[in-house]
Amino acid sequence: MTTNSSSNAGPSHKTVEAGVTTVIGLFGALVVYGSVKAGTGWGAEGPRAGFFPFYIGLFIVGSSLVNLWNLFREDEGNLFAEWIQLRQVLSVVIPTTIYVAAMPFIGLYVASFIFIAWFMRWLGKYNWPTVLAVSIGMPLVTYFLFERYFLVPLPKGPIENLIGL
Amino acid sequence: MEEILNLFQGFAVALQPFNIMVMILGIVLGVVIGVLPGLGGANGVAILLPLTFSMPPTSAIIMLSCIYWGALFGGAITSVLFNIPGEPWSVATTFDGYPMAQQGKAGEALTAAFTSSFVGAFFAVVMITLVAPLVASLALKFGPAEKFAVYFLAFCSFVGLSKEPPFKTIAAMMIGFALAAVGLDSVTGSLRLTFGFTELLNGFDFLIAVIGLFGIGEILLTMEEGLAFRGGKAKINLSVVIQTWKELPRYWMTSLRSCIIGCWMGITPAGATPASFMSYGIAKRMSRNGKNFGKGEIEGVIAPETAAHAAGTAALLPMLSLGVPGSPTAAVLLGGLLIWGLQPGPMLFVEQKDFVWGLIASMYLGNLVGLIVVLTCVPVFAAILRIPFSIIAPLILVLCAIGAYSVHNSTFDVAMMLVFGVIGYGLKKTGYPLAPLVLAIVLGDKAEEAFRQSLLGSQGSLGIFFSNGLVSTIMILGLIALFWSVIQEGYSRLRTRAATA
Amino acid sequence: MKRTVLHYTFGAAVAASLGGFATAASAAWEPTRPVEFIIPAGTGGGADQMARTIQGIVTKHSLMKQPMVVINKSGGAGGEGFLDVKSSANNPHKIIITLSNLFTTPLATGIPFNWKDLTPVAMLALDEFVLWVNAEKPYKTVKEYIAAVKAAPPGSIKMGGTGSKQEDQIITVAMEKATGTKFTYIPYKGGGEVAVQLVGNHVDSTVNNPIEAVAQWRGGKVRPLCVFDSKQMSYDEQVFEGKGWKDIPTCKSEGLDIEYLMLRGIFMSPKATKDQVDYYVELFKKVRETPEWKEFMKTGAFNTTFLVGPEYAKWVETEEKRHEALMKEADFLAKSN
Repeated sequence: MTTNSSSNAGPSHKTVEAGVTTVIGLFGALVVYGSVKAGTGWGAEGPRAGFFPFYIGLFIVGSSLVNLWNLFREDEGNLFAEWIQLRQVLSVVIPTTIYVAAMPFIGLYVASFIFIAWFMRWLGKYNWPTVLAVSIGMPLVTYFLFERYFLVPLPKGPIENLIGL
Repeated sequence: MEEILNLFQGFAVALQPFNIMVMILGIVLGVVIGVLPGLGGANGVAILLPLTFSMPPTSAIIMLSCIYWGALFGGAITSVLFNIPGEPWSVATTFDGYPMAQQGKAGEALTAAFTSSFVGAFFAVVMITLVAPLVASLALKFGPAEKFAVYFLAFCSFVGLSKEPPFKTIAAMMIGFALAAVGLDSVTGSLRLTFGFTELLNGFDFLIAVIGLFGIGEILLTMEEGLAFRGGKAKINLSVVIQTWKELPRYWMTSLRSCIIGCWMGITPAGATPASFMSYGIAKRMSRNGKNFGKGEIEGVIAPETAAHAAGTAALLPMLSLGVPGSPTAAVLLGGLLIWGLQPGPMLFVEQKDFVWGLIASMYLGNLVGLIVVLTCVPVFAAILRIPFSIIAPLILVLCAIGAYSVHNSTFDVAMMLVFGVIGYGLKKTGYPLAPLVLAIVLGDKAEEAFRQSLLGSQGSLGIFFSNGLVSTIMILGLIALFWSVIQEGYSRLRTRAATA
Repeated sequence: MKRTVLHYTFGAAVAASLGGFATAASAAWEPTRPVEFIIPAGTGGGADQMARTIQGIVTKHSLMKQPMVVINKSGGAGGEGFLDVKSSANNPHKIIITLSNLFTTPLATGIPFNWKDLTPVAMLALDEFVLWVNAEKPYKTVKEYIAAVKAAPPGSIKMGGTGSKQEDQIITVAMEKATGTKFTYIPYKGGGEVAVQLVGNHVDSTVNNPIEAVAQWRGGKVRPLCVFDSKQMSYDEQVFEGKGWKDIPTCKSEGLDIEYLMLRGIFMSPKATKDQVDYYVELFKKVRETPEWKEFMKTGAFNTTFLVGPEYAKWVETEEKRHEALMKEADFLAKSN
């Protein structure tokens, strides 16, 4: 709702892209390293386990270098995103990370309840009755649909164990 | 003549009120399964298999096949609405379906998707009815080399499409291949690229990558632009169905081509996912509107959906006649048949005629019922887009988490999904195309496996890929597809030269 | 037109009555939550078929008060499933069906798992292995086939099988050792696919389980040469041209001295109490009594040996040693890195 903010500061597209490209290149190097460990030769039974990944890794490293080269020849361009936009993105990424991290401990249902409630209240500014209706309703529907009907067990925490679900 | 009679008897059975009820129930359940990411067709049918044990056997098989149709239909819904493919074969549907939804044309996209599904499946059923035994023997000709050739063709007809810089495309595709390689190497039976983490035994599941890259990534992109959800102006009445139908006959050529690609890929059995990618790629090259693909072109929805469903249906043929399932879902259906004491295989069409024709009859009717059910629901689905983003976003995120979890029942996968989401956001913002990456994850290990199986058989000689008419033809088609743009350019240059001369 | 058209085809299996199983088992422990039944293999394979059949039987006859949930964890040749159960100590609501990958996967991949990490419940059956060739090929006996393999250039004869460094390849290596021949082993994802590759002449022979190849045999597309067991199979139902499972000679009697049977057994999570194990033993005893199970055993020509308790554990231990020896000999053990 603060999309049309006038502040135009933010990281430059070039910096971010250089970062992304470097990470991809490092990933390629990791693949090469792993493949060497798995054996890259052409054994008696045809190519060994690491044969293809090895060249794939080399390709990744190589194309990343080309991409970096192309990038540095470009002019200093536009912004990657405004800080305020990135903050919006992070306002989803961080809670979702917490949600995912908490799931093994408190179970999916409780985590989902808190997550949905937080999202709707904090970002959506809904009134509490609506927030509670959705945030309690969704886990309940999920429970009956998955656990009861399709018999797919989802992660549960201490509260579920306490009430014997 | 006898076959036709058998088919009509099958219709009579399938049309009993109880069985029609079972059909509708099966379709609805199937759609639900298709919509929930992670709970794919195979899992869904497997989960619901016990449900049918308490029914009369005829109704049970009708129900199962209707769940199958429902799941096929359902996969398109989340692809179009939220950019989250519920099933692997719906990935290609997102390329144009989601942009259409963003332009407020969700109803049109869904109608096109459902109708194309129906057309594809119907075409395949007709083919099964008419030429089943003939076609089944074709599947036997497919050894590892032929399979590799098919994957190669699927690949070639898809790559070289994107407008992104070529080295970014290569990097993206290679990342996909690398991710597909993680885990157990099926040819040597040893682990690779797991770096001692037992969580990586599985490799990276396609669905988890896709849910993250497409679904979560899209939510993050939307967040950047504030909380506005752009699909809000979707029309939500049934007239949109009729209007879209008026448009569809124009694309009969795309449909027909996709039907043929789908049937062929279903029988071989390469499966519905490569079929959908291949069909999309070829449609993009052949279509006059090819440049608009990826920006919300209705043809870009028709092509993959038709092919995926033709393939999904045709995949049942090798299952019935050879006992080889053409898709994981078909594999579970096969298990279901065995539980009823039916042994799929060459003798099924001879010994169990009544059953086979009953099943085929239920395919015709199940598809029709399915189409009617999902089309009447189009306004409902489109209306979902009117829910404010700050309500729907957390719900989608939770659904994605559930979906990622239920693929392997592992919370590690949920974390991976989130990582893929952030990666997807980063890659998309920096101009790396995601489609080649995804295609590489889907086909990467299968193609490598087939390639190495072929080399084992030929004792290391690459000549095996040109050792007979079938495999050479497919390989050459693949090469043509790969160099299509070069060929086309050369051709037009020749023409202009001829014109100026 | 009545429902009868399709009805009679489904045969007696489903029409059979529910029988009189009282659910009042006197075991002291009973599941209080849905029981997860893990399959360390993909959907549609032999273990998957068996597990889903069991689930169907349990559901249909209401043998359990809580639902049974089947979950495939096939990653890393089943390693995913084994590690999952291993990490679920004190959770009695988790059982796993095993096949030979119980031994082969940890040995070949070096993942931190041993069957002793789990609690043995019961051996449900043993799966036979049969040597198959394409019916169009001239070989009618093992001797003729081996002679043909010897005559061909080494490595030009292709053996198809499921997975790499698993049971099918172990048998193949054992055959090479026993006869002094050399096969090229080609691994595929599933048994059904292997059978079709044989029909399509993309491989020359396979060692499919009966249930994987029976359909092709009935269609007259493949021919069984011998069974890798000490005695012939007992099922006398005719399959093709008047021959049935019991007419297949043992490989030993044909001069190929190899025996191999694959475990189809149940384990549960670590640290299970005796009451909990007893509950599942009773459950599987009841499953074995149902007509559906008997039909399933017959279709797949299974060896129906049933073992529980110490005898079962002892059997598994012997098999483990044997697999270790076999795999060491074949150089299939994971390199420690």
